[in-house]
Order: sequence, then C-alpha cells, then structure tokens
Amino acid sequence: MSETVTEREVMEYDVIIVGAGPSGLACAIRLKQLKPDLMVAVIEKSAEVGAHILSGAVIEPGPLDELLPGWRDNPPPVCVPVERDELSYLTATSKRKLPTPPQQKNHGNFIVSLGALCAWLAPQAEAVGVDIFPGYAASGIFYTVDNAVGGVIIGDMGVDRDGQPKDTYMQGIEIHAPLTVLAEGCRGHLSKQLISKYELDKESDPQCYGVGIKELWQVDAGKCKPGLVQHSIGWPLDKSTYGGSFIYHLDKDRVAVGFVTALDYSDPEFSPFEAFQQFKHHPEIKPLFEGGEILSGGARTIIEGGSQSLPRVDMPGALLIGDAAGLLNLPKIKGTHQAIRSGMLAAVHIADKGSADGFDAALRSSPVMKELHKVRNIRPGFNKGLWRGLITAGIETITAGKLPRTLHNHADHSSLRNLSDTKTIDRHWVKRDLAPRDRLASVYFAATEHDEDQPVHLQILEPDICITRCGEEYNHPCTRFCPANVYEIVEDEQADAGIRLQINAANCVHCKTCDIKDPYQIINWVTPEGGSGPNYQNL
Amino acid sequence: MKILVGIKRVVDYNVRIRIKPDGSGVDTDGVKMSINPFDEIALEEALRIREAGMAEEVIVVSLGDNACQQQLRTGLAMGADRAIQVGAPASLQPLTIARAFMEVINREKPGLVLLGKQAIDGDNSQTAQMLAALWDRPQATFASKMSLEEDIATVTREVDAGLETIEVDLPAVISVDLRLNEPRFVKLPDIMKAKRKPLDVLSLDDLGVSIENDIQFKHHEPPPVREKGIMVEDAAQLVAELKNRGLV
Repeated sequence: MSETVTEREVMEYDVIIVGAGPSGLACAIRLKQLKPDLMVAVIEKSAEVGAHILSGAVIEPGPLDELLPGWRDNPPPVCVPVERDELSYLTATSKRKLPTPPQQKNHGNFIVSLGALCAWLAPQAEAVGVDIFPGYAASGIFYTVDNAVGGVIIGDMGVDRDGQPKDTYMQGIEIHAPLTVLAEGCRGHLSKQLISKYELDKESDPQCYGVGIKELWQVDAGKCKPGLVQHSIGWPLDKSTYGGSFIYHLDKDRVAVGFVTALDYSDPEFSPFEAFQQFKHHPEIKPLFEGGEILSGGARTIIEGGSQSLPRVDMPGALLIGDAAGLLNLPKIKGTHQAIRSGMLAAVHIADKGSADGFDAALRSSPVMKELHKVRNIRPGFNKGLWRGLITAGIETITAGKLPRTLHNHADHSSLRNLSDTKTIDRHWVKRDLAPRDRLASVYFAATEHDEDQPVHLQILEPDICITRCGEEYNHPCTRFCPANVYEIVEDEQADAGIRLQINAANCVHCKTCDIKDPYQIINWVTPEGGSGPNYQNL
Repeated sequence: MKILVGIKRVVDYNVRIRIKPDGSGVDTDGVKMSINPFDEIALEEALRIREAGMAEEVIVVSLGDNACQQQLRTGLAMGADRAIQVGAPASLQPLTIARAFMEVINREKPGLVLLGKQAIDGDNSQTAQMLAALWDRPQATFASKMSLEEDIATVTREVDAGLETIEVDLPAVISVDLRLNEPRFVKLPDIMKAKRKPLDVLSLDDLGVSIENDIQFKHHEPPPVREKGIMVEDAAQLVAELKNRGLV
C-alpha cells in the first residue's frame, strides 16, 4: 500500500506516553503536577483503560501515597488490605506450609485489581489535564532526521486481511513529541524495536520472563477469607522449572487465582495453561473453587530479569519505564510500586532536564534500582533447580545481596531441549472437571475481540521453519505455550507436508509469550487494530 | 434541517453478561460500556446525510446519569455538532424516554429523528414507535437502507417476510437496523475537538417529564446451563441412551 499512503496528519505534544498502565499514568500525573503547562498524551491500545491489564496483584502503597496523597479516602474499586500471608510447598497430593520469606510479607499492602486500579487512575490523570486516548495502538516509532525518537505512529484502522483499505479505512496519525515515554509493560513491541535499534541491551544480560495466567472467581459464600494471600511452589511444576501459584482473597466472595511459570522451562511438551489448571485441581486447592464460577480470566507475561537484564533506559528522544524497562521485583512478586516509582522518576527527570539524557543514571542511582540490586541473585539461583534456588534465595536474603557476586540470566527462547533429549516426565496430572474446559473456553472469559478481517498481527518471519525444523526438534511448542490457543497445526492436503500452521489471531490476549518463547525467534508480535484484544474485567 | 439522534449507554456487546448473585439485575461493576451499536449506526447515517448537504446540524441526545456524557463525547468525536444530556436515572422505561425526547423535539424542531431499532440491554424496541405516536408524525422502523429527497424519506425496512420499501413524509422518526451502514472510526484529533463542542445538560424537571416506570422487574436469572453431553460409541448405544432417557 506504500504508493497510496499520503502524508499523515500530525498532532504535537510535549510528551507522549505509550501505555496507560501504572507506570505511564503515574508519569503523566506527575508531569502535570510538576509542570501544568506541559502537553501530555497517553496512547493505549485497549478499548478502555485497564482492559489489557492483568496482574495479581498485591501492591505496596508507598509510591501511590507519594503520587496521590489522598488516595486512601477514595480507593480504587477493588482494594482489600492484606490480613495474612501463607506460603506452601505442594506435592501432587500434599501441601506443606513454609515460612514466609521477608520479601513476601505483605503487612500494610493491598490486594487490588490492577486493571481496575488503572481505570481508576485514568480519570485522575484527565482531571489534571492529561489527554488519554484508549483504543489507539502506537504501531510504529516516528524518527526525526537526527535518528532520534520523535514520537509515535498510530496504526491504520479499517484495513483488511490482505492489507487493503476497507470502506471504513482511516489512516493513523503521527504524534510528534520531543520526548516519548515507553510504558508498554512487559515485552512492549515498540520497546523491543528500540532496544534493538539503539543496542540498549548490549551491556546487560538477556532478559528473562514468566507467563502468568489468572482467573477471577466468584466462590461459594463463606469460602473466601478477605485479605488472605496464599502462594505456593512445587507441584505441578517439576523441580527444574521456576514458578508458582497465587490465590488472593478479595471481598464479595471473589478470589483471584493465578499461576506463573518461568519461560525458561526446558520440556517442549510442557503447557503453562495446563499447569495452571492442574494446580486448581490439587486436593487442597480444589474445594475453594468447587461450586463457584469464573468471572474473568486471561494471561500476561511478566518480566523477571531484574537488575542484570535491565537495558539502558534512555535513548535519543525516549525513555523506558516500568516493565517496558523491566523493573519488577521478582522475589517480592511485585512490580506495580516499581512501575509507579519509575514513572514519577521519569516525570521529575523530564521536568528538570527536558530531555531523556541522563535518565539511565538517575534510575540506576534511585531506590528503584537499589531494591532490584539487593535481590539480583535470587531468580538466577533457581536456574540450578528448586532446592538450590531456595538455598541461594536464603543466602541472598540474609546478606541483603551484599555478596560480591552476580549470577547471570540466559535467554528463555534458548532453553527448550530437543525432543530427542527429552525424557517424558510423569507430572502426576489429574483429569480435570473445573472450568474452563480448555483454552478456547478460557479465551471466552477474556472477552477478547479482534475484527477477523484485518492483517494477522502475529507475524511469522520464516513460516517454513514451523513445519519442518520446529516439528522435528520441538513438536510445535507454540501450540502449547500460547495460553489462548492462537497457534494450531492443522491438516492440509494442499500443503507439501500435509500440515500447516493456522494462526487464530482473533483469540490473542496480547500476553506476548510467543514472541518470547518461540525457539527460533521468528514470531513477531505487532499491534492489531486499536481497540482490539481482551476486555478484562477486574483482572 | 436538524437531525436528532438518540444515544444510549449500554454494556458493550463484547462483554460477557452476568446476573448479580441476588438476581436484582445485570452486574455492571467494572464492565465496559459503549454506545448502543444501533444508535451508532443511526448517528453514522445522520452524519452521512449532513455530509451530503441535506442537513445542517446533527444533535446527539442521551438520557442518563453523568456517565452517559462519555458516550455523548464519543458521538461528538464521530462528528455530531452538539450534545444534550437529559439527566435521569440510568434505568428508564421506553414511555418516559419517548416523552423526554418529545420535549427535546419541541425545543429543537428537528426535521428527522434517527434512533436505533432497539437497545441491546433491554431489547425493548419501543421508544421510536412511541415517540412517533406522541409526535403524531410518520415512523419507519428497522431501516436497512434509506434516502432523502425534498420532504420525503424512502426507507427499506427489514421485516420477517423480507424487505419492504416505504415512503414517509418528514419530519419523521426512523429507527435503524444493523445493515444500514458501518460506523466510522473516530479520528484521534476529533476526540480533542469533541471536548470543545457544546454539551448541554437538562433535567427531566426542566422538560416537565415525570418518571413512570410501569413495569416492575421481579427477578433476573441466567439461562439454564446446558448439561454436559456424552460421547457414544456406536448407533446401538445411541439408541439405548435415547431410550433410557425416554426420548424415543
């Protein structure tokens, strides 16, 4: 279509923020608090603020107190103070309580729905003069003649599957700004391009990730204990796979349940979705959900690399904040406070300096980074398995990260073992009867919606590899790691191999697992038409 | 000519509807709300008529609490010239809504009123018909195609038997169906322009309309869940199972 493209309409702002999550909104609010005359816009690909946000979430309120001192008088709609913490180790049949590590003590923290929290923050940002545009996807970077970031390009709307304009075609505009703040969350697709273009990660370890799958349940009256925070490690994961569960008891008989699996798992036959569903069927867990119903569900990757993997967070004309940079504190299983803090820090930097230059140093000397540095060896400690990981975690916790060593991270996509090197593991998995029956049924609870007549937003760079090499080496792991059943191998008489890869792009919940875990790095996640994707409620 | 377009704030069509545990209604807590899709089509048609030079002004009207201003702003961003919110509780019944519209008509004197054929929440499909009767003007409902010439609207209606084409004199009330058009995307700069367009707030009292909710809702419940099926091995087992259940 390149010949038909006319010059795009342009809007100008002082600062454009990509992503209306906790970091982006905090940055926007702080900017307007510091400099009310700055023109600040936030672009958000979901149809409504919060609809693509999925998190546990237990949050530390400190940074929120700093951002909005009166927030406790007007709390977000889902906000339950933590009453009690519980950590357990599971085997297939038993549950043993473990002492709660200090990082996971949650006294004074709150269980929230991060989606609802963002939907609650948005009008407060608008009240101080921020322009928020939900339903518009930033699909590309606008570069200045000096090769600096000069803003973003909004994706075209009304384009058919083959890339041709439909009757409703609307060309996306360009938003120009001297400063662009990438607040896309984990594995943002523009952040990914920028990290590569400006080689922001050349001095850091590879990034590593996990995929979290979550459901919100309405349970039978009396089963929910508001304020109870439960975590588990162990079954259904094998000892070499890092991850665990969370069950957060909210109010009104609502319970959030989820499971996070590190994406450096090695068994190509493993399915994170199945592991989560298995967890719900553990004999000690299942009774909580029996008789209840799912309200909503979905999945999102989380960034686990910590300080070693943190890329340089400034570049000409732009900066990275929150999980677009990778500031989650994994041992705490929390990133929201870090996201809000980094957003505020970016705002202060922009207001003082008026440029991105120096933000990397500012972030690295801030409490955000101190917190990450202290726990830097805990996650890579688990690369040697669960027990050695726990020992490392214990040592690192006691010494507060002061030991003069830094363990390293490896890239998740390189961790799958070839089928020929893989022994079948007996995971003691059981027959399931709790909802959802399968991934398709689960996608229904994400209320995900994409116009089918639009270009497929999951680009396969070398489709031949999928059918040939990937089938032989890994038996198409995309058909298992995707929690939304986007990838399917179907029989096709017309294809040479008799099979082809079918991409059910309309099922996508924008979690980005495929972009991360695909062993050949040939899946590229790009933004679909603005407003597409899941419509999460209170996740 | 002025065109009046009715807009209702409803639970978005993508949302999985859930009944509150106590059966008192549909749970709207944290749920995405949108313009009723049929109303969006009505607005699109009004904008096309204006763009074709056959109308000067498109006014969007909504009855509801302040939350419905969000939908009115979306209507303004799509291209409506101004908006009127009639402040009212979110749940009104069609006759009250029609009476309120009638009072807005008396003030604005539109040449055409375009409404969705029904709202996807209550599925009543009554407001347009009641309004035409109160106004004592012609009605053309379920429009899937329409054209205007002088003071006459030619409307193709989707009815059970197929398509029916009628002519009505203007002013008239036309309610629109799904196939009439495909609403446009909102251009991002137009969202900013919409913030500066006038949005007047009236109350039912200002209009002299009192709330009459003649229908009382006793209880809501979801449809029964379909029972789990079984896989049968062969025809013989199928017949046996059907016999067991007394179905053959």
